[in-house]
Amino acid sequence: MIRIAQLSCGSEYSGIQKEIERAAETVGAKIVYPEVTLDDILSVEKTFGVSVASGDLNLAMARAVRIVENPDLADAVVVMTCFRCAEAAIIRSEIRKFIHEHSKIPVLSYSFTERTTAETLLTRMEALVTTVKYRGLLAREKQTGLTAGIDSGSTTTKSVVMRDNKVIGTGWVPTTEVMKSAEDAFQEALKMAGVKKEEVSAVGVTGYGRFLVGKHIDAKLIQEEITVNSKGAVFLADTQKGPATVIDIGGMDNKAISVQDGIPGGFTMGGICAGASGRFLELTAKRLGVDITELGKLALKGDYKNVAMNSYCIVFGTQSLVNSLSMGKKPEDVAMAACHSVAEQVYEQQLQEVEVKEPVIMVGGTSLIEGLPKAMEQLLQVKVTVPPYAQYIGAVGAALLVSGLLEG
Amino acid sequence: MAKVIVYPPTSMILSDLVERMGHKALVVPEAVRKLATEKGIDSPPLNVTPEEPKKGLRYAAVDVPSGVRGRMALIGPLIEEAEAAIIVQDPGCLTGCAGCSRTNELVRLLIRTKGVPILDLSYPTNDAEARDFVQKIRAFLEGLK
Repeated sequence: MIRIAQLSCGSEYSGIQKEIERAAETVGAKIVYPEVTLDDILSVEKTFGVSVASGDLNLAMARAVRIVENPDLADAVVVMTCFRCAEAAIIRSEIRKFIHEHSKIPVLSYSFTERTTAETLLTRMEALVTTVKYRGLLAREKQTGLTAGIDSGSTTTKSVVMRDNKVIGTGWVPTTEVMKSAEDAFQEALKMAGVKKEEVSAVGVTGYGRFLVGKHIDAKLIQEEITVNSKGAVFLADTQKGPATVIDIGGMDNKAISVQDGIPGGFTMGGICAGASGRFLELTAKRLGVDITELGKLALKGDYKNVAMNSYCIVFGTQSLVNSLSMGKKPEDVAMAACHSVAEQVYEQQLQEVEVKEPVIMVGGTSLIEGLPKAMEQLLQVKVTVPPYAQYIGAVGAALLVSGLLEG
Repeated sequence: MAKVIVYPPTSMILSDLVERMGHKALVVPEAVRKLATEKGIDSPPLNVTPEEPKKGLRYAAVDVPSGVRGRMALIGPLIEEAEAAIIVQDPGCLTGCAGCSRTNELVRLLIRTKGVPILDLSYPTNDAEARDFVQKIRAFLEGLK
């Protein structure tokens, strides 16, 4: 049983403690609370570096100190505080950094509301457990034999066929009916690879539709997208050793993953508003009358500073879009402003929650919209790498990891 | 007998002093007990149900963190019921603690704006102050009779 230490403030009074425990149970883990003494709490300023007015936050910090001093107490840590609490946001981030700097225990940080359910937490908990349970598998650097991966995403379904560490076939279709889209993408990849389905030794599945698709095609690996994507990203970017940061702006949610030697150490998964996702760029392309594949090139010719754009909400973002066009702003400036707005939200809301270390790798279909990695480079002031097959990252990660399972 | 709310609202010491003087102490453990027995919540040792943060909207807006609202769902009704209050400043977490500083601030504000008699005290730091502390509470409570 994987032990996840919960360091939190307000989860019980938000009525979600049962949901946290249910999510942990679903992924074969249990929530534990490291014991501390009263002296540990009273001396937290000395041991952690600060004490605050809220007692529960002092308790969470004292527990963090205890875990760092006794790493055997937990296999993973989840730091959770109320959404919209400034005091808690500061401490949550500091606890995450403290554990990250002083131990090798993976940490998940999350701010909840009373509407947080076990389902919301499931993918995050699953990723946390995977990084502990399958550390050996995640350390795998090469794909062997003939395997395939399917990434059943919210917007598109991707598939790859790999042979001896090389991608030999790809398939990419919009997600309509989950199973049919998976089947179509897989067939496309098989056709391109010139191999038959029966010849493929094993299939790994990831993405939102992973359970349904995985069961249907009898997949050997059904895995959440955080670990799979980070594996695929460092594999394709050829940065499997040392630190890396993976940014995946998806159609429905975004992931920022801090990776060390190919294994995720900390991550955030957000998706409060569609204004910070690929959907907004899709909408922008439609409004500008260009194909989504052309939006990035158009954006590269523009300057975001010429357009006031704020896509914190997709409705208001669209309003800014329409207003700017009606004011005669150039389409290229509007395109770049949309890219910048999405990148800015990911920067402000998610990249503050992980350790951003170079190389920074952008993956997913949105990374091919050239304006987006450029906007991220401008914000982070570091070079952003978009590896080959960036849109197939989940499928590649799944094909790579499932080949490891074949070897036992 | 008067209904007296104490701050911090989880203080067993203050609760005991109030009860000894023949009044009813309004404290969080009492509210939790009521919730757990009367409403029959099936999840002890959890203190609240998922409904509490919504009930807390009576005392704090939706943009106030859910943990504050959940706590207020327990403490807010106690404040409404209160006929008198004892507020101890800078009590330290050992005296009783709601765990959340924002909740503490809101609780103090709502008590002070309610318009009931209030005894304001500083937390004692030595034996002499402690004696004075108890004497003042006793005199205040006797005055309520």
